[in-house]
Amino acid sequence: MHPGNALNYDYTVAKYFMFATLLFGIIGMAIGTLIAFQMAYPDLNYLAGEYGTFSRLRPLHTSGVIFGFMLSGIWATWYYIGQRVLKVSMAESSFLMFVGKLHFWLYMITMIIAVITLFAGVSTSKEYAELEWPLDILVVLVWVLWGVSIFGLIGIRREKTLYVSLWYYIATFLGIAMLYLFNNMAVPTYFVSGMGDWWHSVSMYAGTNDALVQWWYGHNAVAFVFTVGIIAQIYYFLPKESGQPIFSYKLSLFAFWGLMFVYLWAGGHHLIYSTVPDWMQTMGSVFSIVLILPSWGSAINILLTMKGEWSQLRESPLIKFMILASTFYMFSTLEGPILSIKSVNALAHFTDWIPGHVHDGTLGWVGFMTMAALYHMVPRMFKRELYSKSLMEAQFWIQTTGIVLYFSSMWIAGITQGMMWRATDEYGNLLYTFIDTVEAIIPYYWIRAIGGLLYLVGFFMFVYNIYKSISVGKVLDKEPKSASPMAA
Amino acid sequence: MFSWLEKNPFFFAVAVFIVIAYAGIVEVLPDFAQNARPIEGKKPYTVLQLAGRNAYIKESCNACHSQLIRPFKSETDRYGMYSVSGEYAYDRPFLWGSKRTGPDLLRVGNFRTTDWHENHMWDPISVVPGSIMPAYKHMFSNNANIETAYAEALTVKKVFNVPYDTENGTKLGTWEEAQAEVKAEAQAIVDQMKNQDVKDAFARGEIREIVALIAYLNSLK
Repeated sequence: MHPGNALNYDYTVAKYFMFATLLFGIIGMAIGTLIAFQMAYPDLNYLAGEYGTFSRLRPLHTSGVIFGFMLSGIWATWYYIGQRVLKVSMAESSFLMFVGKLHFWLYMITMIIAVITLFAGVSTSKEYAELEWPLDILVVLVWVLWGVSIFGLIGIRREKTLYVSLWYYIATFLGIAMLYLFNNMAVPTYFVSGMGDWWHSVSMYAGTNDALVQWWYGHNAVAFVFTVGIIAQIYYFLPKESGQPIFSYKLSLFAFWGLMFVYLWAGGHHLIYSTVPDWMQTMGSVFSIVLILPSWGSAINILLTMKGEWSQLRESPLIKFMILASTFYMFSTLEGPILSIKSVNALAHFTDWIPGHVHDGTLGWVGFMTMAALYHMVPRMFKRELYSKSLMEAQFWIQTTGIVLYFSSMWIAGITQGMMWRATDEYGNLLYTFIDTVEAIIPYYWIRAIGGLLYLVGFFMFVYNIYKSISVGKVLDKEPKSASPMAA
Repeated sequence: MFSWLEKNPFFFAVAVFIVIAYAGIVEVLPDFAQNARPIEGKKPYTVLQLAGRNAYIKESCNACHSQLIRPFKSETDRYGMYSVSGEYAYDRPFLWGSKRTGPDLLRVGNFRTTDWHENHMWDPISVVPGSIMPAYKHMFSNNANIETAYAEALTVKKVFNVPYDTENGTKLGTWEEAQAEVKAEAQAIVDQMKNQDVKDAFARGEIREIVALIAYLNSLK
């Protein structure tokens, strides 16, 4: 490249992953909506024999959304942001181009086999790590390929200093690599005994230890996919879209290193009042509270980036998506610590408040930010204007309504359950049978399912808008600097 | 310091990794040996129970049912004695669950019978009106995977020294011995069941998933 020449970034792999994001978003959210309706109306369990029950579909929903939708989104943005902040094009290295494509295709193969095996009930039962050992190995390969892509691109960079987003991508890569490896340690039974199913395995850890490792993984997979991976995106896309610099570099530093240090300690809050030693439960609880600082540090840094520019919020639905995402991030990272307080946890654990909490994070923070990122990328990757601003506005409000219905109904359901489980009469006898508590929350299951449906409808509008943008959107002669151009 | 790290990706990555990994070393490791110790009198699962446990995992029962009784009066009144670590020493994987859409099952063997489970899995509403649990009728026609369960028992015996074939322990023996053992254990359950298909299949030498699952659920005490 000669000085002064503009770089031609190569978005081939970013586009692949964008399509994967759309595809898995539809699949994962559609299954999610279906299983939400199953809880309100159980007859829906029998749409596809043994393959249609809530219990078989639930791991498909979580894996589909986390590893299908969100990871694809993170990778789509990585293959876009990575080149731009390192000032190097993937087209310059045929090796990295090959790695990127291999990364994508191996990932697709893994996901397809994962869907088939989960339907068939091949599962290790560990939440968000249900895949059996042969698939775990494929996942590790996919992950290593991503690592090669990250450090390969960094290796040939022109920009010497790593931009904030890159810190977070690196952390996502390292964190998940460590957690996934340790949590999925298992012994394939066929190789020891010479009989039975070859894909079956038994966990390396037993009982309480297994739980400890699982929630150290489970909580921190949330950390390093949902939190860290998405912060990487907002640190790049919000300043770009709004034309504003990040509010404070020092705050970025503080929030990043604080998050790295504190997050993993908090995993113990999944095990409060379980059989793990008391000091671990207390550590989990205390560190969850401390976690508010670095989490809010990032969020405040993001929100203050809009200082003096709040009018953009009114003008641009894209800015709206990003700011609402950050707001939900603050909400969710306040709610989490509250749920980790022992007395609150005693009430809320095992109730529907927990899926409620997860979903205000995933729908609000992760979902909104991922969609905003793709909206921002499309005009630049395809050199076309976004198809419809009013459709974006409508989508925004439909989905926001959906989220509010979701979390508010689950709050009420969770607290109702918790209170009913523990309620006693004047003689100290339990007041309600378990089924009483189930029947009491059916109305909230309906509200939740409708909320989920609204979000899904909004997602279809999003996919339609993207599809129209890349097929009939007005062709742009040059790349937009900041605000993404969108037709009314 | 930080601006230097930001220009040296390798050291940056190392620093991030150390900062992340630190918590695991302090929190996860120290009590590992302590937690792995079984309580007195705890026996490993029989092959049939393991097959049932695998069926339980296959259907993700743990998505809606916990197996962890917390030390509150409301829970001990409802489900029985609270959980202690040593009870789970042979649970690979653990099945505590994270959400109770249905009740806790850790001691379900104390208050439900084979007959109840049979009806419940065939048609949940017939025994619990208002239940939102799906029926699991296919477990009455799918065969339990006894061979894989045996492979699992043999594996944990060899690799983790789980005390099979010891005095007062669970008998495992050779594959032929184990099959005879499984058959005898299944016979007792099939005798208490009403479903004719399950009985006929057993007469032909096939053990349905439901039989193994009930063996497992009955063992939870």
